[in-house]
Amino acid sequence: MAENLILETRDLGISFGGLKAAQNVNIKIKKNQIYGLIGPNGAGKTTIFNLLTGVYKPTQGTFYLDGEELKGLAQDKINHKGIARTFQNIRLFNNMTVVRNVMVGLHDRPEFKCTVFETLFRLPRHFKVEKEMRAKAKELLRIFDLENDRNNLACNLPYGKQRKLEIARALATNPKLLLLDEPAAGMNPHETEDLVKTIRFIRDNFDMTILLIEHDMKFVQGLCDEVTVLNFGTVLAEGDTKTALSDPEVIKAYIGG
Amino acid sequence: MELILSTLINGLSLGGIYAMIALGYTMVYGIAKMLNFAHGDIIMVGGYVIYVFMATKNPLLAVVMAVIFCVLLGIVIEKVAYKPLRGASPLAVLITAIGVSYLLQSLAQIIFGSANKMVTVYDFGSISFLGVTVQVSALVTLACTIVVMLALTLFVKCTRVGRAMIAVSEDKGAAQLMGINVNGIITITFAIGSALAALAGLFYLLKAPTISSTLGAMPGIKAFTAAVIGGIGSIPGAMLGGILLGMVECISYKITAIAPYTDAIEFSILIIILLVRPTGFLGKKRREKV
Repeated sequence: MAENLILETRDLGISFGGLKAAQNVNIKIKKNQIYGLIGPNGAGKTTIFNLLTGVYKPTQGTFYLDGEELKGLAQDKINHKGIARTFQNIRLFNNMTVVRNVMVGLHDRPEFKCTVFETLFRLPRHFKVEKEMRAKAKELLRIFDLENDRNNLACNLPYGKQRKLEIARALATNPKLLLLDEPAAGMNPHETEDLVKTIRFIRDNFDMTILLIEHDMKFVQGLCDEVTVLNFGTVLAEGDTKTALSDPEVIKAYIGG
Repeated sequence: MELILSTLINGLSLGGIYAMIALGYTMVYGIAKMLNFAHGDIIMVGGYVIYVFMATKNPLLAVVMAVIFCVLLGIVIEKVAYKPLRGASPLAVLITAIGVSYLLQSLAQIIFGSANKMVTVYDFGSISFLGVTVQVSALVTLACTIVVMLALTLFVKCTRVGRAMIAVSEDKGAAQLMGINVNGIITITFAIGSALAALAGLFYLLKAPTISSTLGAMPGIKAFTAAVIGGIGSIPGAMLGGILLGMVECISYKITAIAPYTDAIEFSILIIILLVRPTGFLGKKRREKV
Protein backbone atom coordinates (compact mmCIF):
# COMPACT_ATOMS: atom_id res chain seq x y z
CA MET A 1 0.00 0.00 0.00
CA ALA A 2 1.23 3.46 -0.85
CA GLU A 3 2.36 5.45 2.14
CA ASN A 4 0.34 8.27 3.69
CA LEU A 5 -3.00 6.99 2.46
CA ILE A 6 -5.66 7.98 4.98
CA LEU A 7 -8.63 6.55 3.11
CA GLU A 8 -8.66 3.86 0.51
CA THR A 9 -11.81 2.30 -0.91
CA ARG A 10 -11.51 -0.85 -2.96
CA ASP A 11 -14.35 -1.58 -5.36
CA LEU A 12 -16.75 -0.19 -2.79
CA GLY A 13 -20.41 -0.56 -3.70
CA ILE A 14 -23.92 -1.22 -2.51
CA SER A 15 -27.09 -2.27 -4.20
CA PHE A 16 -30.61 -1.94 -2.86
CA GLY A 17 -32.46 -4.80 -4.44
CA GLY A 18 -31.78 -4.35 -8.15
CA LEU A 19 -30.67 -0.75 -7.85
CA LYS A 20 -26.92 -0.34 -7.86
CA ALA A 21 -26.55 2.90 -5.90
CA ALA A 22 -22.77 2.71 -6.04
CA GLN A 23 -20.42 0.24 -7.61
CA ASN A 24 -16.68 -0.29 -8.00
CA VAL A 25 -15.81 3.00 -6.38
CA ASN A 26 -12.08 3.35 -5.79
CA ILE A 27 -10.94 6.46 -3.96
CA LYS A 28 -7.51 7.12 -2.54
CA ILE A 29 -7.04 10.08 -0.25
CA LYS A 30 -3.63 11.11 1.02
CA LYS A 31 -2.99 12.65 4.39
CA ASN A 32 -3.84 16.36 4.67
CA GLN A 33 -5.60 16.43 1.33
CA ILE A 34 -8.85 18.25 0.75
CA TYR A 35 -10.64 15.88 -1.57
CA GLY A 36 -13.87 16.55 -3.45
CA LEU A 37 -16.60 14.06 -4.26
CA ILE A 38 -18.81 15.56 -6.93
CA GLY A 39 -21.40 14.56 -9.46
CA PRO A 40 -24.95 15.31 -10.58
CA ASN A 41 -27.95 14.74 -8.31
CA GLY A 42 -28.50 11.10 -7.48
CA ALA A 43 -24.98 10.10 -8.49
CA GLY A 44 -24.44 8.30 -5.18
CA LYS A 45 -22.29 10.80 -3.31
CA THR A 46 -24.16 10.69 -0.03
CA THR A 47 -24.44 6.92 -0.43
CA ILE A 48 -20.63 6.78 -0.35
CA PHE A 49 -20.67 8.85 2.86
CA ASN A 50 -23.21 6.48 4.36
CA LEU A 51 -21.02 3.52 3.43
CA LEU A 52 -17.92 5.12 4.92
CA THR A 53 -19.68 5.91 8.21
CA GLY A 54 -21.38 2.55 8.63
CA VAL A 55 -24.95 3.73 8.04
CA TYR A 56 -25.05 1.28 5.12
CA LYS A 57 -23.07 -1.93 4.97
CA PRO A 58 -21.30 -2.36 1.63
CA THR A 59 -22.53 -5.26 -0.50
CA GLN A 60 -19.35 -5.08 -2.53
CA GLY A 61 -15.75 -4.16 -1.84
CA THR A 62 -14.25 -2.70 1.30
CA PHE A 63 -12.48 0.37 2.66
CA TYR A 64 -9.49 1.16 4.83
CA LEU A 65 -8.80 4.06 7.15
CA ASP A 66 -5.11 4.57 7.77
CA GLY A 67 -4.49 0.98 6.69
CA GLU A 68 -7.18 -0.53 8.94
CA GLU A 69 -10.20 -2.22 7.39
CA LEU A 70 -13.42 -0.73 8.78
CA LYS A 71 -16.02 -2.50 6.67
CA GLY A 72 -18.91 -3.89 8.71
CA LEU A 73 -18.29 -1.94 11.91
CA ALA A 74 -21.18 -0.13 13.62
CA GLN A 75 -21.48 3.63 13.23
CA ASP A 76 -20.17 4.49 16.68
CA LYS A 77 -17.18 2.14 16.28
CA ILE A 78 -16.27 3.69 12.93
CA ASN A 79 -16.46 7.09 14.55
CA HIS A 80 -14.09 5.92 17.29
CA LYS A 81 -11.67 4.71 14.62
CA GLY A 82 -11.59 8.21 13.19
CA ILE A 83 -14.25 9.07 10.63
CA ALA A 84 -16.62 11.90 11.49
CA ARG A 85 -19.20 13.57 9.31
CA THR A 86 -21.72 16.33 8.84
CA PHE A 87 -25.08 15.94 7.11
CA GLN A 88 -26.64 17.24 3.94
CA ASN A 89 -29.77 18.14 5.90
CA ILE A 90 -28.46 19.56 9.13
CA ARG A 91 -28.93 17.11 11.99
CA LEU A 92 -28.01 18.94 15.15
CA PHE A 93 -29.45 18.13 18.55
CA ASN A 94 -31.90 21.00 18.18
CA ASN A 95 -33.15 21.30 21.73
CA MET A 96 -29.70 21.24 23.27
CA THR A 97 -27.49 24.27 23.65
CA VAL A 98 -24.63 24.89 21.25
CA VAL A 99 -21.96 24.00 23.78
CA ARG A 100 -23.74 20.79 24.76
CA ASN A 101 -23.96 19.74 21.12
CA VAL A 102 -20.18 19.87 20.96
CA MET A 103 -19.87 18.10 24.30
CA VAL A 104 -21.87 15.18 22.89
CA GLY A 105 -19.17 14.94 20.24
CA LEU A 106 -16.58 14.77 23.00
CA HIS A 107 -18.55 11.99 24.70
CA ASP A 108 -16.37 9.01 23.94
CA ARG A 109 -12.91 10.51 23.86
CA PRO A 110 -10.78 8.45 26.20
CA GLU A 111 -9.46 11.46 28.10
CA PHE A 112 -13.01 12.33 29.12
CA LYS A 113 -14.04 8.87 30.25
CA CYS A 114 -15.33 8.65 33.77
CA THR A 115 -16.58 5.53 35.51
CA VAL A 116 -20.22 5.14 36.53
CA PHE A 117 -19.00 5.04 40.12
CA GLU A 118 -17.24 8.38 39.78
CA THR A 119 -20.30 9.96 38.23
CA LEU A 120 -22.84 8.57 40.68
CA PHE A 121 -20.90 9.59 43.74
CA ARG A 122 -19.86 12.90 42.23
CA LEU A 123 -16.18 12.32 42.91
CA PRO A 124 -13.83 15.20 42.13
CA ARG A 125 -12.84 13.58 38.88
CA HIS A 126 -16.40 13.88 37.62
CA PHE A 127 -16.35 17.65 38.05
CA LYS A 128 -12.83 17.91 36.67
CA VAL A 129 -13.82 16.00 33.54
CA GLU A 130 -16.99 18.07 33.06
CA LYS A 131 -14.95 21.25 33.37
CA GLU A 132 -12.34 20.02 30.90
CA MET A 133 -15.01 19.00 28.42
CA ARG A 134 -16.65 22.40 28.66
CA ALA A 135 -13.30 24.12 28.14
CA LYS A 136 -12.48 21.93 25.15
CA ALA A 137 -15.92 22.58 23.66
CA LYS A 138 -15.47 26.32 24.06
CA GLU A 139 -12.08 26.13 22.38
CA LEU A 140 -13.67 24.43 19.37
CA LEU A 141 -16.50 26.95 19.29
CA ARG A 142 -13.99 29.81 19.27
CA ILE A 143 -12.50 28.51 16.02
CA PHE A 144 -15.90 28.71 14.40
CA ASP A 145 -16.74 32.06 15.94
CA LEU A 146 -19.62 30.49 17.83
CA GLU A 147 -18.38 31.19 21.33
CA ASN A 148 -20.93 33.91 22.01
CA ASP A 149 -23.77 31.65 20.91
CA ARG A 150 -22.74 28.80 23.17
CA ASN A 151 -25.77 28.98 25.48
CA ASN A 152 -28.34 29.34 22.71
CA LEU A 153 -30.35 26.38 21.57
CA ALA A 154 -28.95 24.90 18.38
CA CYS A 155 -32.29 25.31 16.59
CA ASN A 156 -32.22 29.06 17.16
CA LEU A 157 -28.95 29.59 15.30
CA PRO A 158 -29.01 31.04 11.80
CA TYR A 159 -28.42 28.53 9.03
CA GLY A 160 -24.77 29.33 8.35
CA LYS A 161 -23.90 28.96 12.02
CA GLN A 162 -25.76 25.67 12.24
CA ARG A 163 -23.54 24.35 9.44
CA LYS A 164 -20.47 25.51 11.32
CA LEU A 165 -21.70 23.94 14.54
CA GLU A 166 -22.11 20.61 12.78
CA ILE A 167 -18.47 20.77 11.71
CA ALA A 168 -17.40 21.70 15.26
CA ARG A 169 -19.38 18.77 16.68
CA ALA A 170 -17.81 16.37 14.18
CA LEU A 171 -14.33 17.69 14.97
CA ALA A 172 -15.01 17.16 18.67
CA THR A 173 -14.92 13.40 18.08
CA ASN A 174 -11.25 13.77 17.13
CA PRO A 175 -11.37 12.21 13.66
CA LYS A 176 -8.56 11.44 11.24
CA LEU A 177 -10.88 11.99 8.30
CA LEU A 178 -13.64 14.57 8.22
CA LEU A 179 -16.55 14.07 5.81
CA LEU A 180 -18.48 17.22 4.90
CA ASP A 181 -21.76 16.71 3.05
CA GLU A 182 -22.46 19.88 1.06
CA PRO A 183 -20.97 22.28 3.60
CA ALA A 184 -21.62 25.34 1.41
CA ALA A 185 -25.23 24.49 0.54
CA GLY A 186 -27.50 27.46 1.12
CA MET A 187 -24.69 29.82 2.00
CA ASN A 188 -24.24 33.23 0.45
CA PRO A 189 -20.95 34.04 -1.37
CA HIS A 190 -19.55 35.79 1.66
CA GLU A 191 -20.29 32.86 3.97
CA THR A 192 -18.85 30.47 1.38
CA GLU A 193 -15.61 32.43 1.26
CA ASP A 194 -15.48 32.25 5.03
CA LEU A 195 -16.05 28.51 4.90
CA VAL A 196 -13.13 27.99 2.52
CA LYS A 197 -10.87 29.69 5.04
CA THR A 198 -12.29 27.64 7.91
CA ILE A 199 -11.80 24.35 6.08
CA ARG A 200 -8.19 25.24 5.25
CA PHE A 201 -7.68 26.27 8.86
CA ILE A 202 -9.01 22.90 10.06
CA ARG A 203 -6.67 21.04 7.73
CA ASP A 204 -3.63 23.02 8.86
CA ASN A 205 -4.33 23.25 12.58
CA PHE A 206 -5.91 19.87 13.23
CA ASP A 207 -3.63 17.96 10.85
CA MET A 208 -6.87 16.89 9.18
CA THR A 209 -7.79 15.14 5.96
CA ILE A 210 -11.09 16.23 4.48
CA LEU A 211 -13.47 14.61 2.01
CA LEU A 212 -16.31 16.82 0.90
CA ILE A 213 -19.37 16.67 -1.31
CA GLU A 214 -20.23 19.91 -3.02
CA HIS A 215 -22.22 21.28 -5.93
CA ASP A 216 -20.63 24.72 -6.02
CA MET A 217 -17.94 24.22 -8.67
CA LYS A 218 -16.14 27.44 -7.85
CA PHE A 219 -15.91 26.29 -4.27
CA VAL A 220 -14.56 22.91 -5.33
CA GLN A 221 -12.01 24.39 -7.72
CA GLY A 222 -10.77 26.84 -5.14
CA LEU A 223 -10.45 24.31 -2.37
CA CYS A 224 -9.98 20.71 -3.48
CA ASP A 225 -6.62 19.20 -4.37
CA GLU A 226 -8.20 16.25 -6.12
CA VAL A 227 -11.71 15.11 -6.94
CA THR A 228 -13.65 12.02 -7.86
CA VAL A 229 -16.63 12.56 -10.15
CA LEU A 230 -19.50 10.12 -9.74
CA ASN A 231 -22.35 9.50 -12.13
CA PHE A 232 -25.04 6.81 -11.74
CA GLY A 233 -23.06 5.24 -8.91
CA THR A 234 -19.83 4.77 -10.83
CA VAL A 235 -16.63 6.77 -11.11
CA LEU A 236 -16.70 8.98 -14.19
CA ALA A 237 -13.42 10.78 -13.70
CA GLU A 238 -10.85 11.34 -11.01
CA GLY A 239 -7.62 13.10 -10.25
CA ASP A 240 -6.42 16.68 -10.25
CA THR A 241 -9.41 19.03 -9.84
CA LYS A 242 -8.89 21.20 -12.94
CA THR A 243 -8.25 18.28 -15.25
CA ALA A 244 -11.16 16.25 -13.98
CA LEU A 245 -13.60 19.15 -14.25
CA SER A 246 -12.63 19.89 -17.84
CA ASP A 247 -13.08 16.28 -18.87
CA PRO A 248 -15.70 16.29 -21.67
CA GLU A 249 -17.49 13.29 -20.11
CA VAL A 250 -17.91 15.21 -16.87
CA ILE A 251 -19.23 18.30 -18.62
CA LYS A 252 -21.65 16.13 -20.54
CA ALA A 253 -22.89 14.47 -17.35
CA TYR A 254 -23.51 17.81 -15.71
CA ILE A 255 -25.10 19.62 -18.61
CA GLY A 256 -26.84 16.52 -19.93
CA GLY A 257 -26.14 15.76 -23.52
CA MET B 1 -58.90 22.23 56.74
CA GLU B 2 -57.58 18.98 58.22
CA LEU B 3 -59.18 17.13 55.36
CA ILE B 4 -57.51 19.37 52.81
CA LEU B 5 -54.09 19.00 54.38
CA SER B 6 -54.25 15.22 54.69
CA THR B 7 -55.60 14.90 51.15
CA LEU B 8 -52.79 17.11 49.92
CA ILE B 9 -50.12 15.00 51.59
CA ASN B 10 -51.64 11.70 50.47
CA GLY B 11 -52.18 13.05 46.97
CA LEU B 12 -48.62 14.28 46.67
CA SER B 13 -47.21 11.01 47.94
CA LEU B 14 -49.37 8.90 45.60
CA GLY B 15 -48.54 11.34 42.81
CA GLY B 16 -44.85 10.90 43.62
CA ILE B 17 -45.18 7.16 43.16
CA TYR B 18 -46.98 7.61 39.84
CA ALA B 19 -44.34 10.10 38.78
CA MET B 20 -41.55 7.63 39.52
CA ILE B 21 -43.20 4.92 37.44
CA ALA B 22 -44.08 7.42 34.72
CA LEU B 23 -40.41 8.40 34.52
CA GLY B 24 -39.59 4.84 33.52
CA TYR B 25 -42.17 4.92 30.73
CA THR B 26 -41.19 8.31 29.49
CA MET B 27 -37.43 7.78 29.49
CA VAL B 28 -37.69 4.49 27.64
CA TYR B 29 -40.08 6.08 25.17
CA GLY B 30 -37.84 9.11 24.66
CA ILE B 31 -34.73 7.04 24.05
CA ALA B 32 -35.81 3.72 22.57
CA LYS B 33 -39.05 5.11 21.02
CA MET B 34 -41.05 2.21 22.40
CA LEU B 35 -43.79 1.74 25.00
CA ASN B 36 -42.57 -0.71 27.57
CA PHE B 37 -45.84 -2.13 28.83
CA ALA B 38 -44.00 -4.58 31.04
CA HIS B 39 -42.76 -1.65 33.09
CA GLY B 40 -45.66 -1.84 35.57
CA ASP B 41 -44.89 -5.48 36.30
CA ILE B 42 -41.37 -4.62 37.35
CA ILE B 43 -43.07 -2.92 40.33
CA MET B 44 -44.70 -6.23 41.21
CA VAL B 45 -41.40 -8.11 40.83
CA GLY B 46 -39.75 -5.55 43.11
CA GLY B 47 -42.52 -6.13 45.64
CA TYR B 48 -42.02 -9.89 45.60
CA VAL B 49 -38.25 -9.56 45.97
CA ILE B 50 -38.88 -7.41 49.04
CA TYR B 51 -41.33 -10.06 50.29
CA VAL B 52 -38.71 -12.80 49.88
CA PHE B 53 -35.91 -10.87 51.54
CA MET B 54 -38.12 -9.69 54.39
CA ALA B 55 -37.56 -13.20 55.71
CA THR B 56 -34.23 -11.78 56.90
CA LYS B 57 -36.16 -9.10 58.84
CA ASN B 58 -33.88 -6.48 57.33
CA PRO B 59 -35.90 -3.90 55.36
CA LEU B 60 -32.82 -2.14 54.00
CA LEU B 61 -31.34 -5.35 52.61
CA ALA B 62 -34.72 -6.23 51.08
CA VAL B 63 -34.97 -2.87 49.31
CA VAL B 64 -31.40 -2.97 48.03
CA MET B 65 -31.90 -6.51 46.72
CA ALA B 66 -35.17 -5.46 45.05
CA VAL B 67 -33.45 -2.60 43.25
CA ILE B 68 -30.53 -4.78 42.13
CA PHE B 69 -32.81 -7.60 40.98
CA CYS B 70 -35.12 -5.27 39.06
CA VAL B 71 -32.21 -3.49 37.36
CA LEU B 72 -30.82 -6.83 36.20
CA LEU B 73 -34.28 -7.99 35.13
CA GLY B 74 -34.87 -4.76 33.18
CA ILE B 75 -31.55 -5.16 31.36
CA VAL B 76 -32.24 -8.83 30.57
CA ILE B 77 -35.74 -8.06 29.25
CA GLU B 78 -34.33 -5.35 27.02
CA LYS B 79 -31.57 -7.58 25.67
CA VAL B 80 -33.70 -10.68 25.14
CA ALA B 81 -37.09 -9.29 24.13
CA TYR B 82 -36.62 -5.78 22.73
CA LYS B 83 -33.14 -5.54 21.28
CA PRO B 84 -33.74 -8.14 18.53
CA LEU B 85 -36.73 -6.01 17.46
CA ARG B 86 -34.79 -2.79 17.04
CA GLY B 87 -35.94 -1.41 13.73
CA ALA B 88 -39.04 -3.62 13.62
CA SER B 89 -42.47 -2.03 13.42
CA PRO B 90 -43.58 -0.31 16.63
CA LEU B 91 -46.60 -2.61 16.77
CA ALA B 92 -44.41 -5.72 16.99
CA VAL B 93 -42.46 -4.19 19.87
CA LEU B 94 -45.64 -3.14 21.63
CA ILE B 95 -47.12 -6.63 21.43
CA THR B 96 -43.85 -8.12 22.67
CA ALA B 97 -43.97 -5.77 25.65
CA ILE B 98 -47.51 -6.88 26.46
CA GLY B 99 -46.31 -10.48 26.18
CA VAL B 100 -43.46 -9.82 28.59
CA SER B 101 -45.97 -8.26 30.97
CA TYR B 102 -48.15 -11.40 31.02
CA LEU B 103 -45.07 -13.58 31.28
CA LEU B 104 -43.93 -11.78 34.43
CA GLN B 105 -47.42 -11.95 35.97
CA SER B 106 -47.77 -15.64 35.21
CA LEU B 107 -44.31 -16.47 36.52
CA ALA B 108 -45.14 -14.66 39.74
CA GLN B 109 -48.34 -16.70 40.07
CA ILE B 110 -46.48 -19.94 39.46
CA ILE B 111 -43.79 -19.13 42.01
CA PHE B 112 -45.80 -17.42 44.72
CA GLY B 113 -49.33 -18.70 44.09
CA SER B 114 -52.36 -16.60 43.30
CA ALA B 115 -53.30 -15.68 46.87
CA ASN B 116 -52.38 -12.26 48.21
CA LYS B 117 -49.33 -12.21 50.46
CA MET B 118 -48.95 -9.95 53.46
CA VAL B 119 -45.67 -8.15 53.81
CA THR B 120 -44.97 -5.42 56.34
CA VAL B 121 -41.73 -3.77 55.34
CA TYR B 122 -41.52 -1.28 58.14
CA ASP B 123 -44.19 0.28 60.30
CA PHE B 124 -43.56 3.99 60.47
CA GLY B 125 -46.80 4.61 62.38
CA SER B 126 -48.58 7.91 62.09
CA ILE B 127 -48.17 11.38 63.47
CA SER B 128 -50.56 14.18 64.32
CA PHE B 129 -49.73 17.56 62.95
CA LEU B 130 -51.93 20.64 63.19
CA GLY B 131 -54.75 18.34 64.18
CA VAL B 132 -54.23 16.14 61.14
CA THR B 133 -53.20 12.53 61.40
CA VAL B 134 -51.07 11.35 58.52
CA GLN B 135 -49.21 8.14 57.88
CA VAL B 136 -45.48 8.74 58.24
CA SER B 137 -44.95 6.37 55.33
CA ALA B 138 -46.73 8.88 53.09
CA LEU B 139 -44.27 11.56 54.16
CA VAL B 140 -41.32 9.21 53.68
CA THR B 141 -42.59 8.35 50.21
CA LEU B 142 -42.99 12.02 49.36
CA ALA B 143 -39.48 12.85 50.58
CA CYS B 144 -37.92 9.93 48.72
CA THR B 145 -39.64 10.72 45.45
CA ILE B 146 -38.53 14.34 45.65
CA VAL B 147 -34.92 13.27 46.25
CA VAL B 148 -35.04 10.73 43.43
CA MET B 149 -36.53 13.19 40.96
CA LEU B 150 -33.96 15.85 41.81
CA ALA B 151 -31.14 13.34 41.48
CA LEU B 152 -32.45 12.16 38.12
CA THR B 153 -32.81 15.70 36.81
CA LEU B 154 -29.24 16.47 37.86
CA PHE B 155 -28.00 13.25 36.31
CA VAL B 156 -29.59 14.03 32.96
CA LYS B 157 -28.56 17.68 32.96
CA CYS B 158 -25.03 17.54 34.32
CA THR B 159 -23.38 14.27 33.38
CA ARG B 160 -21.75 12.88 30.32
CA VAL B 161 -24.13 9.92 30.12
CA GLY B 162 -27.17 12.13 30.75
CA ARG B 163 -26.14 14.38 27.90
CA ALA B 164 -25.70 11.35 25.66
CA MET B 165 -29.22 10.21 26.63
CA ILE B 166 -30.72 13.51 25.49
CA ALA B 167 -28.69 13.38 22.30
CA VAL B 168 -29.97 9.86 21.56
CA SER B 169 -33.57 10.91 22.19
CA GLU B 170 -33.12 13.89 19.85
CA ASP B 171 -31.55 12.02 16.95
CA LYS B 172 -30.47 8.44 17.41
CA GLY B 173 -28.66 8.23 14.06
CA ALA B 174 -26.71 11.43 14.44
CA ALA B 175 -25.77 10.52 18.02
CA GLN B 176 -24.38 7.18 16.90
CA LEU B 177 -22.40 8.84 14.13
CA MET B 178 -20.90 11.10 16.80
CA GLY B 179 -19.53 8.02 18.50
CA ILE B 180 -22.22 7.32 21.07
CA ASN B 181 -22.97 3.69 21.78
CA VAL B 182 -26.74 3.83 21.40
CA ASN B 183 -27.33 0.30 22.68
CA GLY B 184 -25.35 1.10 25.79
CA ILE B 185 -27.45 4.20 26.42
CA ILE B 186 -30.66 2.21 25.97
CA THR B 187 -29.41 -0.38 28.49
CA ILE B 188 -28.68 2.37 31.02
CA THR B 189 -32.15 3.81 30.47
CA PHE B 190 -33.82 0.48 31.16
CA ALA B 191 -31.64 0.03 34.25
CA ILE B 192 -32.66 3.43 35.66
CA GLY B 193 -36.34 2.89 34.85
CA SER B 194 -36.34 -0.52 36.53
CA ALA B 195 -34.61 0.82 39.63
CA LEU B 196 -37.32 3.47 39.92
CA ALA B 197 -40.01 0.80 39.47
CA ALA B 198 -38.47 -1.28 42.27
CA LEU B 199 -38.64 1.75 44.57
CA ALA B 200 -42.24 2.30 43.51
CA GLY B 201 -42.91 -1.31 44.56
CA LEU B 202 -41.50 -0.50 47.98
CA PHE B 203 -43.73 2.56 48.34
CA TYR B 204 -46.79 0.55 47.36
CA LEU B 205 -46.02 -1.97 50.07
CA LEU B 206 -45.61 0.86 52.58
CA LYS B 207 -49.04 2.15 51.57
CA ALA B 208 -50.86 -1.18 51.61
CA PRO B 209 -48.95 -4.25 52.81
CA THR B 210 -50.41 -6.85 50.46
CA ILE B 211 -48.92 -8.14 47.25
CA SER B 212 -50.29 -10.17 44.36
CA SER B 213 -49.15 -10.89 40.83
CA THR B 214 -51.27 -8.05 39.46
CA LEU B 215 -49.92 -5.43 41.87
CA GLY B 216 -48.21 -3.58 39.04
CA ALA B 217 -50.99 -3.66 36.45
CA MET B 218 -53.15 -0.74 37.57
CA PRO B 219 -50.31 1.53 38.76
CA GLY B 220 -48.59 0.77 35.47
CA ILE B 221 -51.54 1.95 33.42
CA LYS B 222 -52.11 4.98 35.67
CA ALA B 223 -48.47 5.97 35.42
CA PHE B 224 -48.55 5.52 31.66
CA THR B 225 -51.58 7.82 31.63
CA ALA B 226 -49.60 10.29 33.73
CA ALA B 227 -46.68 10.13 31.30
CA VAL B 228 -48.98 10.82 28.36
CA ILE B 229 -50.73 13.69 30.16
CA GLY B 230 -47.37 15.25 30.94
CA GLY B 231 -46.14 14.71 27.41
CA ILE B 232 -44.49 11.37 26.74
CA GLY B 233 -40.74 11.63 26.31
CA SER B 234 -40.51 14.60 28.65
CA ILE B 235 -38.98 14.01 32.09
CA PRO B 236 -40.50 17.04 33.84
CA GLY B 237 -43.75 16.15 32.06
CA ALA B 238 -43.81 12.71 33.71
CA MET B 239 -43.29 14.30 37.12
CA LEU B 240 -46.05 16.83 36.52
CA GLY B 241 -48.48 14.25 35.12
CA GLY B 242 -47.81 11.86 38.01
CA ILE B 243 -48.41 14.47 40.70
CA LEU B 244 -51.54 15.70 38.92
CA LEU B 245 -53.02 12.22 38.62
CA GLY B 246 -52.19 11.35 42.24
CA MET B 247 -53.88 14.53 43.47
CA VAL B 248 -56.98 13.90 41.36
CA GLU B 249 -57.21 10.33 42.62
CA CYS B 250 -56.98 11.33 46.30
CA ILE B 251 -59.42 14.20 46.00
CA SER B 252 -61.90 12.06 44.13
CA TYR B 253 -61.72 9.31 46.77
CA LYS B 254 -62.57 11.84 49.47
CA ILE B 255 -65.78 12.93 47.76
CA THR B 256 -68.30 10.19 48.49
CA ALA B 257 -70.55 10.92 45.53
CA ILE B 258 -67.87 10.35 42.91
CA ALA B 259 -65.50 8.02 44.78
CA PRO B 260 -66.61 4.87 42.92
CA TYR B 261 -65.86 6.59 39.62
CA THR B 262 -62.31 7.61 40.50
CA ASP B 263 -60.60 5.53 37.81
CA ALA B 264 -63.09 6.69 35.19
CA ILE B 265 -62.45 10.30 36.18
CA GLU B 266 -58.69 9.88 35.86
CA PHE B 267 -58.87 8.37 32.41
CA SER B 268 -61.43 10.96 31.31
CA ILE B 269 -58.92 13.64 32.23
CA LEU B 270 -56.49 11.94 29.89
CA ILE B 271 -59.01 12.06 27.07
CA ILE B 272 -59.89 15.69 27.68
CA ILE B 273 -56.27 16.79 27.89
CA LEU B 274 -55.38 14.92 24.72
CA LEU B 275 -58.28 16.61 22.92
CA VAL B 276 -56.95 20.02 23.87
CA ARG B 277 -53.23 19.31 23.78
CA PRO B 278 -52.49 16.17 21.75
CA THR B 279 -48.84 16.17 22.85
CA GLY B 280 -49.61 16.47 26.57
CA PHE B 281 -48.58 19.36 28.76
CA LEU B 282 -44.87 19.47 28.07
CA GLY B 283 -44.66 17.28 24.99
CA LYS B 284 -42.79 18.52 21.98
CA LYS B 285 -44.78 19.61 19.00
CA ARG B 286 -43.57 17.77 15.99
CA ARG B 287 -43.65 19.78 12.85
CA GLU B 288 -44.27 17.82 9.73
CA LYS B 289 -41.82 18.61 7.00
CA VAL B 290 -43.47 19.51 3.75
